[in-house]
Amino acid sequence: MSLRHILQSKPEASAFLMLMFLTLVFSLLSPAFMTYGNFQVVLQPIPEIALVAMGVTILMISGEFDLSVGSVFALAPMVMVLAMAAGIPLPISMLAGLIAAAVVGLVNAAITIRLGLPSFIATLGMLFMARSLTIVISGGFPPPFPRDLDLWWIVGKVDLLRVSIFWLLGVGLLLGIWLRKFDFGSWIFATGGNREAARDMGINTNLVKTTAFVLCSVLAGFAGMIQVFRIKAIVPSMGTGLELTAIAAAVIGGAALTGGIGSVVGAVIGALLIAFIENIIILTRIDANWFRFAVGAMIVIAVTINKITRDAAGRGKHKDGNDE
Amino acid sequence: MMSEPHLSVRGLHKWYGAVHALRDLDLDIPKGQVLGLIGDNGAGKSTFIKILSGVHQQTEGQIHFEGKPARIVTPRDAMNLGIETIYQYTAMVPEMSIARNLFIGREKRKWGVRGFGFLDQRAMAKEALEAIADVGLHLRSAEAPVKDLSGGQLQGVAIARAMHFRSRMLILDEPTNHLSVKETNKVLDYVRQLGAQGITVIFISHNLHHVHEVSDRIVAFAQGSKVADLETADTDVPTMIDLIT
Ligand SMILES: Nc1ncnc2c1ncn2[C@@H]1O[C@H](COP(=O)(O)OP(=O)(O)O)[C@@H](O)[C@H]1O
Ligand SMILES: [Mg+2]
Repeated sequence: MSLRHILQSKPEASAFLMLMFLTLVFSLLSPAFMTYGNFQVVLQPIPEIALVAMGVTILMISGEFDLSVGSVFALAPMVMVLAMAAGIPLPISMLAGLIAAAVVGLVNAAITIRLGLPSFIATLGMLFMARSLTIVISGGFPPPFPRDLDLWWIVGKVDLLRVSIFWLLGVGLLLGIWLRKFDFGSWIFATGGNREAARDMGINTNLVKTTAFVLCSVLAGFAGMIQVFRIKAIVPSMGTGLELTAIAAAVIGGAALTGGIGSVVGAVIGALLIAFIENIIILTRIDANWFRFAVGAMIVIAVTINKITRDAAGRGKHKDGNDE
Repeated sequence: MMSEPHLSVRGLHKWYGAVHALRDLDLDIPKGQVLGLIGDNGAGKSTFIKILSGVHQQTEGQIHFEGKPARIVTPRDAMNLGIETIYQYTAMVPEMSIARNLFIGREKRKWGVRGFGFLDQRAMAKEALEAIADVGLHLRSAEAPVKDLSGGQLQGVAIARAMHFRSRMLILDEPTNHLSVKETNKVLDYVRQLGAQGITVIFISHNLHHVHEVSDRIVAFAQGSKVADLETADTDVPTMIDLIT
């Protein structure tokens, strides 16, 4: 397969090339970049951002959008911590938090599908509502995080990594296989790629979209829990602005806002790219305010590369488009 | 002696809000007939076939298919009856491969149940190539995205899809829109082959020459009502133009 072919058929290919390139440039820029200790720092929050980005990516593939993930990132662990404070055991408290996240996803889906509002608007509303709920149920005070919990299984340190990175890999692998190798995954691409065709071919596109909304929300809630476990504290404002980072990671990773295109690997690469940029800015002591500039530039570059390769694919069509 | 009709509709009405798009339609189609459906824009042709294919539901009226009352509420109901539709637009997902498009919503599984099934990609690729070869379209691979195909090839894949699922009735709604002359002739060939194979066909086109060429019978709609129902042999294109204007 030629490089051009790979760029055209794998949505995450250009992000992957950018990741390789920037890793090289960054290690030349700062000797501290490619070190054990530095990677330990950089990789810490990756599972959290990448899990959210995966959910956003899958939802984008189905043709919808979620701006409320940053708020759900706080709401789900808040429900969990409050439940624990009331003496409920950890697994049930976690389940309660995840159910809260799922309900948010269901409401997003219902507003989008039943009322026919664009998901951008539906979830913008939910961004405020879920954040407000988080603050209200916390009573204005961040509840104490229970000590002496055994959290090794989720955020324990293994060498330079945290166990959470294995959760990321596990969840990512399962979702990747589900998307590419299962019929439902195919339906997600079909629904986002051409909803009318998917519906006329007998796919329940409302069910597909609802599933993607719920999955996106639950992943955001789960990611928020991981962060709370890692930091061992919860503030109601956690995750503010995370929706934009997650969408940036998804788009940099090759997901198309128009639906039908994207990959789980792309979401992880997008999250890594953003984290690397933040890291190199700190390491080289550049003014931290350049971070957003760099992320913004990368979005534009990534989308431009994808557009150019797809347009090139469109032109190739007329060369060998003859019958028989 | 008349055998039982393949499809029979009685008193079919469709309202879209205040628009009365189909008015009290009665129609019987014998098995293996190629029925040409003509009418001006907005006459209700697409509405009728969308009811048959489960995209819309009639407001009133009965449908009998193969002698039995048919309740067609979703596209899957229609497909389960053996009614396949080739739409006015291209019902394909551009980014997805030919094989995936051929099996959209009806994927072959290695294991699991519908909705949680592990795809049998090899079988789908193989059967997809065979299915498109059966309609005379020879492509190297079924893995290319359909956005790389020409308009005629796309309609070929759509017809292959309908044939592969052993359709008993095939509906073609303006299948030759946006096609070149050569591609159009190919689609007309498909339609003639279908009729020869005993498949009941409803063929809709603005091109009355095409309709006259491939159909056994011609039905004209105007403003939601059936205004003419003729054997093709008893009519000609000028008469057909009069019927719909
Ligand atoms: N989904 C819809 N909602 C509202 N009105 C519709 C819809 N589809 C068709 N119509 C109206 O119903 C009438 C018949 O349309 P249609 O069946 O598409 O006609 P044809 O296919 O013969 O051109 C037209 O007046 C059209 O505007
Ligand atoms: Mg029409």
